Amino acid sequence: MNRTDTRRLGEPASLWRMRIVPIASVMIASALPLMLPMVASSPVLPPLGLLFFLCWQLLRIEMWPVWIGLPLGLWDDLFSGAPIGSAIALWTFASIAVHYFSQRIYWRGFFHDWAIAALLVAAIQSFAALIAHPDAHMGKVLGLVAPQIIVSALLVPLFMRLTGMFDNFRLKRR
Amino acid sequence: MVRPAHRRPGQSRKAQTSLFVAYVIAVTGAVAGLLLAILSVADPVGFAALRVASHEVTAPVARGTRSVIGSIAGVDDWVSAYVGAGSQNRRLRKELADTRRQLVATSALQEENRQLKALLKLQENDKAAVANGYLLTSTSTSSKRIALLSIGRNVGVASGQPVRGADGLIGRVLSSGPSVSQVLLLTDIDNIVPIRRARDGLPALANGRGNGDLDIRTLNIANNPFKPGDILVTSGTGGLYPPNIPVAIVVRRTSEGALARPLADPAQVDAVSVLRAYTPDNIEAQPVPAPVPASTPAP
Repeated sequence: MNRTDTRRLGEPASLWRMRIVPIASVMIASALPLMLPMVASSPVLPPLGLLFFLCWQLLRIEMWPVWIGLPLGLWDDLFSGAPIGSAIALWTFASIAVHYFSQRIYWRGFFHDWAIAALLVAAIQSFAALIAHPDAHMGKVLGLVAPQIIVSALLVPLFMRLTGMFDNFRLKRR
Repeated sequence: MVRPAHRRPGQSRKAQTSLFVAYVIAVTGAVAGLLLAILSVADPVGFAALRVASHEVTAPVARGTRSVIGSIAGVDDWVSAYVGAGSQNRRLRKELADTRRQLVATSALQEENRQLKALLKLQENDKAAVANGYLLTSTSTSSKRIALLSIGRNVGVASGQPVRGADGLIGRVLSSGPSVSQVLLLTDIDNIVPIRRARDGLPALANGRGNGDLDIRTLNIANNPFKPGDILVTSGTGGLYPPNIPVAIVVRRTSEGALARPLADPAQVDAVSVLRAYTPDNIEAQPVPAPVPASTPAP
């Protein structure tokens, strides 16, 4: 009761919380589909981990180093079912692309972010499917992931909002 | 509007170097990841251990959520069922009438078959399952169709064993961990099953489309013999799947063969059984069936 609280009002959030919240949100979102009791017959869920990954980078470009896609991509590969290594490569290329866009388009607006995220999700999901099924007919493979890409592109604003909420929590001062 | 980032390192030599090193790490790592992906496509077994380990971690959660809310059965199926309800109803009624007629004919044949088999002192192959389990969950964000089975090496599940439900074939075990294993579903693009038509034994190949349907291709391409409603069963060729497990029903003809729908829907099966792989060793190792007296009355 009488213990004095050494924290001051307006003190910044702890360094741990600032670092862990973004990484944990991506990791949990990657692993979540394998925790739901759902046996899907086609790729029905949007790539949750990837969407959070892109939204965090679009929101806070200087938060992560450019190689953050390596560990987070490996984690996603373990759960997505795609061949291990494909998300490592594709997420890192996406990260480089976001850095490039953030230098080219200096003042990015909402629609810029939406377009960049939709473009990257489409590219990553298509390439991941093509890497996973090298022998299959190309049009068939792309037709398989097309509905998922459309749903993901439409869900980008929602994930931006969620990322924003997490960001507010991450930086909340006392 | 997002605040522009301060990416320019300015004059600081240290900042310039660290930015450069970050890019070198990223590009090297991405290229290495791409090579790893190509390797793991070529040799899926080599990397299975990593994935099994991660699935062992999520399996308890999946078990928990499954017991709490039950299996969310085929969300995509519900949606498509609503879209095609009217035409489906008409088609199903017609099929039902046809099936009733066939059922009468088949039951007579079945009885005759049983008697003939008894005369020949033959018995169905001993299809005793290795173990029974249930499907916990599956990948749902990628184009691979891999489901998680609730049993693993602890009850003798090994990679390559076929998995079936009550209605038909589900897939085969891809890799098995200590307490869970991965099942490559029938509908995965890379899963090819040798089948034959139940009616006349016409050989064909079933190839998953990745979206829940199967492509059926005949081995002879002269004409397209399939009709909607044809039942397809495993042929036992190739030595992985035992013969006569129901696989799929033909929905419509296509230019290359037919489009078929699996008889067992993995989203709705409750329990599945893991069978022995249909290899020469296993077939010979099975016990010799005891002769059945021809006149045994059914209990």
